[in-house]
Amino acid sequence: MADQLSRVFAALADPTRRDIVARLTLGDATVGELAEPYEVSLQAVSKHLRVLEEAGLVTRSRDAQRRPVHLEAEVFDLMEKWIERYRRQAEERFRRLDAVLADLQDTESGEPDRNERGAAS
Amino acid sequence: MTTTARTEATIEAHPTLPIITIKRDFRATPAQLLRAHTDRDLFARWIGPSYAQVTIDYWDARRGGAFRYLNGHDGQEYAFYGSFHEVSESRIVQTFTFEGMPDSVALETMWFEDLGDGWTRLRTQSLCDSISERDQWLRSGMEVGVNDGYAKLDGLLADGSL
Repeated sequence: MADQLSRVFAALADPTRRDIVARLTLGDATVGELAEPYEVSLQAVSKHLRVLEEAGLVTRSRDAQRRPVHLEAEVFDLMEKWIERYRRQAEERFRRLDAVLADLQDTESGEPDRNERGAAS
Repeated sequence: MTTTARTEATIEAHPTLPIITIKRDFRATPAQLLRAHTDRDLFARWIGPSYAQVTIDYWDARRGGAFRYLNGHDGQEYAFYGSFHEVSESRIVQTFTFEGMPDSVALETMWFEDLGDGWTRLRTQSLCDSISERDQWLRSGMEVGVNDGYAKLDGLLADGSL
């Protein structure tokens, strides 16, 4: 299952595909509609869509003639959750670092008189 | 520039480059933050994760020096090593390898930016070998993290729902 996330990241590494995804957040669209803003062939857009489809980011209905492309927002959530979890781990680490820094603050500037007098050098 | 409100870490996974950037402000001077990153005992106190026992194998935080430490948890040990390329007041540049992925090496840079009023911004950038290896790092929480909040997601992944 982890491979799916790799495919999602890889799919979104391309700026045109990111644009397509951004467009699809507004609503379903046909290949023709998606190709409009770009100076590329329908074929090239279809190729991008295939990558997005394989990553599970988009789906296309089989029956309708227009075959509109639909964004699967759930997969997006998955990626965000993954990054969010990584961020939280960093935040937990930094909170421990906060505590270490607070200790440093105390020993360095907290009560300098006592520390200096107390230390027999 | 001043900062009064404490904010949580922000993260960014670059869309087209194999880079992870994390930013966080600390109520400390750049010198203190540097010390927490270079003093062997201080570093072992926070690097974590909290459920792991951190053991420093070797530690020489200066240009050309090297480090290796182990996280022990549930009878398993995860080892990390690297070399310090630069250690200065404003930044640390180092390599970083997880021994479980011995062919991968990340180049990590940590900048300490003085914000004034006793605050310092830490910005870390990890440049990985490739986007797929970067993503492996982002997923690494799966293997080591035990976070109830994400148990549901793990379940969905495990049973193929996602």
